[in-house]
Amino acid sequence: MKAFELYDAATVQDAVSMLSKFGPAAKVVAGGSDLVAGVMKDWIHGKGMPYPEKLIDVTTIPEMVGIKLASDSATIGAATTLSAIAESPQMQKGWRVLTDSLFSVASPEIRNLGTLGGNINQRPRCWFFRGEKFSCYKKGGDFCFAVTGDNRYNAIIGGELCYIVHPSDAATALLALNASATIAGTGGTRTVQFDNYFTGPREDVLRENILKPDEVMVNVTIPRLAPNTKTAWTKLKFRQVYDFALVSVAVVATQENGVWKDGRVVLGGVAPVPYRAKVVEQALAGKNIKENAKAAAAAIKTVARPMSANAYKVDVATALIEKTLLDAIA
Amino acid sequence: MKQVLHLRVNGQDHAVYVPAHKTLLEVLREDLNLTGTKHGCELGECGACAVLVDGEPVLACLALPIELQGREITTIEGLADGATPHPLQTAFAELGAAQCGYCTPGVLMTAKALLDHNPHPSREEIRHALAGNLCRCTGYAKIYEAVERAAENAKMPK
Repeated sequence: MKAFELYDAATVQDAVSMLSKFGPAAKVVAGGSDLVAGVMKDWIHGKGMPYPEKLIDVTTIPEMVGIKLASDSATIGAATTLSAIAESPQMQKGWRVLTDSLFSVASPEIRNLGTLGGNINQRPRCWFFRGEKFSCYKKGGDFCFAVTGDNRYNAIIGGELCYIVHPSDAATALLALNASATIAGTGGTRTVQFDNYFTGPREDVLRENILKPDEVMVNVTIPRLAPNTKTAWTKLKFRQVYDFALVSVAVVATQENGVWKDGRVVLGGVAPVPYRAKVVEQALAGKNIKENAKAAAAAIKTVARPMSANAYKVDVATALIEKTLLDAIA
Repeated sequence: MKQVLHLRVNGQDHAVYVPAHKTLLEVLREDLNLTGTKHGCELGECGACAVLVDGEPVLACLALPIELQGREITTIEGLADGATPHPLQTAFAELGAAQCGYCTPGVLMTAKALLDHNPHPSREEIRHALAGNLCRCTGYAKIYEAVERAAENAKMPK
């Protein structure tokens, strides 16, 4: 790892002004399990991705740490650790799909260090992106090595130019929960629905979301669920710890007598963004969930475009969607 | 850029003059000569370097000591009470729960945090708590049994 300078931000404004003053070689750091121990230790950099020289620690900003509950929502500071959220009895009671997703992240030790904002904004795990010798599109290079190389873990939906899958379990659950993020920048503060937060490679291949280089994610707000809402989380991985999703599914479904009224089916591990499976949701609209889960899950096949070595993920996604729908109403 | 860090390790205050980007693992082993904490994958994937920060297990290879000034860091060297081994150490020795021994310090520290929070964990709770500590010898059964033995012999010094 190359030497870097570390700055403790005292306030959100402090962090924003440092980011804007220092420019693109400055990065926000919280737990550091991805940025420091992943990106920097592995020397992941390129023309479009300068090696970080200055890190701005946001875990020192009091307003960015902790959970605030209101009658209609929960607001979680972006620098709150995954353990603190997952182990919170109120969060488990109100938003089980989120706490289940967080318990499926990495290992207990990493959840003690890793934060919500860090999990949502971590860089992808594509092994070509993470390989020091591959100058891929995402690092400012001119090739996607997954197209001709071993793409068994790459995207089956929405890949073009770059075929990463979004690595965040928290993001998958939060999109299903219709959550929003508060973002602070030099121009002030804005609130963005997760519907509009994640961006694909066509919009800007060098990043995975709308966060600009001088912006900080401050917190995440999750609305309380409507009555009669059922939720479930499934994450398939090769081993039970320390692994990213092969495919994950978050279901948040409002139902009446087993009939789908409204809701979201969101997939992780399949696309460059947490993927809202609208084809599945539409196939369930107004129908009995239990009776139609299998057919609705199969609708994912109509939007999947697998690569040379990952068609198996389409079958995995189909099976996991059905399982998660049935788990939700069980 | 070197600077002086004030670290509290195993109840003792240390001032170390180190580059600011050194990891906690490197500072413990290279600057404080506390080599009981093992250097495994160095990527946060094996748990060999687990230490406690304010009683919670974290991976020393991921943590930056500059961020941990003023926090209570406990390593394997701080587990025993003087010449008296911690009940976990006794149980691991009695049951032969260490094979090559390389994962053992990380396992012991993680297990200590578990027993401090939950003195009588179920097998399932032990499995979950130790999920981040890989044993390349695959000696998990003995490890679980030793944690259970330590919990049974529960006159735990805190």
